[in-house]
Amino acid sequence: MSTQTTVQLTAKDYGSDQDVRWCPGCGDYSILAQVKKVMAAIGAKRETTVFVSGIGCSSRFPYYMSTYGFHSIHGRAPAVATGVKSTNPELDVWVATGDGDALSIGGNHFLHAVRRNVNMKILMFNNQIYGLTKGQYSPTSPLGKKTKSTPVGSVDYPLHPISVAIGAEATFVARSIDVNVKHLEYVLERASKHKGTAFVEIYQNCNIFNDLCFEYATAKETKDDTTVYLEHGKPLIFGKDRKKGIRLHGMDPEIVELGGDIKEDDLLFHDERQAEPSLAYLLSRMHHPEFPEPMGVFRAVERLTYEDMLTGQVRDAVQSKGAGKLAELYDDGETWVVN
Amino acid sequence: MVVSTEPAPTRKQQPQTIEREEITVRFAGDSGDGMQLAGTQLTNTSAIFGNDVSTFPDFPAEIRAPAGTLAGVSGYQLNFGARKLRTAGDRVNALIAMNPAALKINVADLEQGGILVVNEDAFSAGNLQKAGYATNPLDDGSLKHYQLFRVPIDKLNAEACAETGLTGRAAGRCKNFYALGITYWLFGRSMEPTLRWINDKFGSKPAVAEANSRALRAGYYFGETTEMFPVRFLVSPAKLSPGRYRKVTGNEALAMGLITAAKLAEKPLFYGTYPITPASDILHELSRHKNFDVRTFQAEDEIAAITAVVGAAYAGAFAVTGTSGPGMALKQEAIGLAIMTELPMVIINVQRGGPSTGLPTKTEQADLFQAVLGRNGESPLCVLAAATPADCFTMGIEAFRIATEFMTPVVLLSDGYLANGAEPWLIPDPAKLPKIRVKHPTESNSGNGFLPYKRDAKLAREWAIPGTPGLEHRVGGLEKRDVTGDVCYEADNHHHMVCTRRRKIDNIADTILPLEVYGDPAGELLVLGWGSTYGPITSAVDKCRERGLKVSSAHLRYIDPMPKNTGDVLRRFKKVLIPEMNLGQLLTVIRAKYLVDAIGLNKVQGKPFMIREIEEKIEELLGKSNGRNA
Repeated sequence: MSTQTTVQLTAKDYGSDQDVRWCPGCGDYSILAQVKKVMAAIGAKRETTVFVSGIGCSSRFPYYMSTYGFHSIHGRAPAVATGVKSTNPELDVWVATGDGDALSIGGNHFLHAVRRNVNMKILMFNNQIYGLTKGQYSPTSPLGKKTKSTPVGSVDYPLHPISVAIGAEATFVARSIDVNVKHLEYVLERASKHKGTAFVEIYQNCNIFNDLCFEYATAKETKDDTTVYLEHGKPLIFGKDRKKGIRLHGMDPEIVELGGDIKEDDLLFHDERQAEPSLAYLLSRMHHPEFPEPMGVFRAVERLTYEDMLTGQVRDAVQSKGAGKLAELYDDGETWVVN
Repeated sequence: MVVSTEPAPTRKQQPQTIEREEITVRFAGDSGDGMQLAGTQLTNTSAIFGNDVSTFPDFPAEIRAPAGTLAGVSGYQLNFGARKLRTAGDRVNALIAMNPAALKINVADLEQGGILVVNEDAFSAGNLQKAGYATNPLDDGSLKHYQLFRVPIDKLNAEACAETGLTGRAAGRCKNFYALGITYWLFGRSMEPTLRWINDKFGSKPAVAEANSRALRAGYYFGETTEMFPVRFLVSPAKLSPGRYRKVTGNEALAMGLITAAKLAEKPLFYGTYPITPASDILHELSRHKNFDVRTFQAEDEIAAITAVVGAAYAGAFAVTGTSGPGMALKQEAIGLAIMTELPMVIINVQRGGPSTGLPTKTEQADLFQAVLGRNGESPLCVLAAATPADCFTMGIEAFRIATEFMTPVVLLSDGYLANGAEPWLIPDPAKLPKIRVKHPTESNSGNGFLPYKRDAKLAREWAIPGTPGLEHRVGGLEKRDVTGDVCYEADNHHHMVCTRRRKIDNIADTILPLEVYGDPAGELLVLGWGSTYGPITSAVDKCRERGLKVSSAHLRYIDPMPKNTGDVLRRFKKVLIPEMNLGQLLTVIRAKYLVDAIGLNKVQGKPFMIREIEEKIEELLGKSNGRNA
């Protein structure tokens, strides 16, 4: 590569010259802004950064970045990104996807990218609806959801993205909300530094087809009681006055009031680095309205990445057999001479 | 009968030796009997001896169907000759049948008076019943038109392996080598290459190596000692072009072609695929050669395989996917994306019997439409078809040359017959292979940022890859404005882009060889083929021309675009015959494109054409006297 970018780039420098075509008020704007901020914060190079997407509102994302970008087809972004990363492991690869793109049509690719631990960041904009096709229920819509395609309510049980990712052996799993910009920025930065597949579920408001679906987690009056922010090594405490906590009762979480007999030490302490994903999974099963929903990093563990092992095998083969020579390739097996 | 494994005493009556131009042998047995291995060994030995060889393995989709049943019969046919061979042979001259089911399925293909060696021990009441024989064909006179040789192979093999320490069951697995030994004697083959192979293969298991070697020798000396066989056959070496040879199957040749192309271009080879018969051997072969910077990706499904290939191409690899018909169907949307993003890649379709799961292990040519027309929208791409197993090597390189020169996906069609069939391959000198020049720009192509859809004279865009400063750009499946690549839904631009993508593919015709006519350049009848029908078509035309019939042939290795002279060639003949293993797919394209009233010869049976089937059609079309040279 001929020139080295040494100039400090600002968030604005990561935006392309294309007009952003999301609906005014869409949560995607905030995600785009925080991603650009994180790019600047980590000093990402535009020339080695690639955004890959599938289909859906979220998947227009690459057009709005000044990095390399690939707007692929519905559900396939993780597979496209796997090809990119396998070819050039030096690239920073980000996948922008949605709940339909990642968990419905692309469910298979999502699972397998995650279990291979390809070093890519998967940002899943979850708005619990199909927006680009104008309002059908999605695989994360709650049971009974009334939409254009389910006038009397959906009869599909929803998938829980964090649980799915953990089930697929994810090494990094986190959740944030579009409007909580500071937290979103923190989570994205954490994801950017993870070596391996980093899955981030972002609660994103679709103000046209599913407005306020995460209002409980964003409204000033309720958000402190409906969310709990995870911090590694710290107890799970939440509530307006930080008087409530999560305690384990046998294998189940329960909400307890702090004070009296119950002290902070009795609470569940978060450990994002646990090798076994059981705790992270348990947290992923805490749903509104029974529980506050955890925000932050559920799980962050180290494991060899796919592309490191893939290119490692090539390196080992070259070391043990020498760089391939065509004449030797052709001579593999019995040969004979005709005079 | 006790047979010594030592060189035998000479017989009282020496066998007669008959010289033949070519011999077709078929081994048939249970799918666990090692028939493919026996066939491969006789093929290798014959090739090393200097014969031309052509093979046709034919096996069931089930790995081990119940023993002794018709469903489990596996066959391997090979043709070896003192002259150029192009098919595995129409009629079988010698059939080795390891059980009643194998006999039942295969005996109809044996020529009248042909050699029939049966494993007599397997003709038990139970096996006869499983094969559906009411009476034992060895005794009821139904085989009287063949030279029947009843050999108690199970018993003789067990005796040969008796002192090796193997269990009876393990020794039983050597019986394919016993049968092979008989054929080595019959056709005067040296046992050396196979004995060498056995020692290499089973070096770590001396008892197994010893047993297989003994079985092979015992079979050979059985032929030598007993006076059962009155004749042996001699097939002299063929007059092949001088040089060093090895035997290749189509899948092996294709894998080597891909590695060669990547190496010539100094690119990593990324092979994204999902296991599917009969394409999986390409993956197996490639994954053995990681020291050529081959990166194999066994994807979660066919769609992931092709989309990863699209990603790899975007990032700058020589990216290839391989599949068969059902997988090809799954990949089509992503191939459309590759067309839209104008990225270079190779998509291999090793065709098999369809539709749906169809006949997984059988051959067919019914995916031509799928290759040429199989996507939504106007979605042209380059389609190539290999003609012979060895041609898979050449076309693998050519596919990559076109893909990178024109920035387009290229579909390379093979089929089950080419994939598993084998022929001798004249090993090329790597230094004499043409370099493939791939250019990735490092400087922007305009004063105002990089223009991803700016084109050269051939209409190819530049292959700028991530990692290059200053060339950051976005691609995707949405229609885009030419030159800038910005998303654009304007009417005129869309029409322009549709036409441009088509014109780009048409431009490939400027860089390919013209269609060559085999035989007279003009005349009564042209037999036009594509893909694996090359062998039977060319052989049939040869035979007809020897008899003075005015017939020529031409073979299309470029399906889209076709060579520029294709229309001229077709119009120089009064009639055009197109034999295909489908219901007339090339026929439809030719009629539509050139308004030539071509005639189809169609066979969709999961097996290749026989030479005589094409000969008969040629004769029918030329009439009894019409077309015969004066």
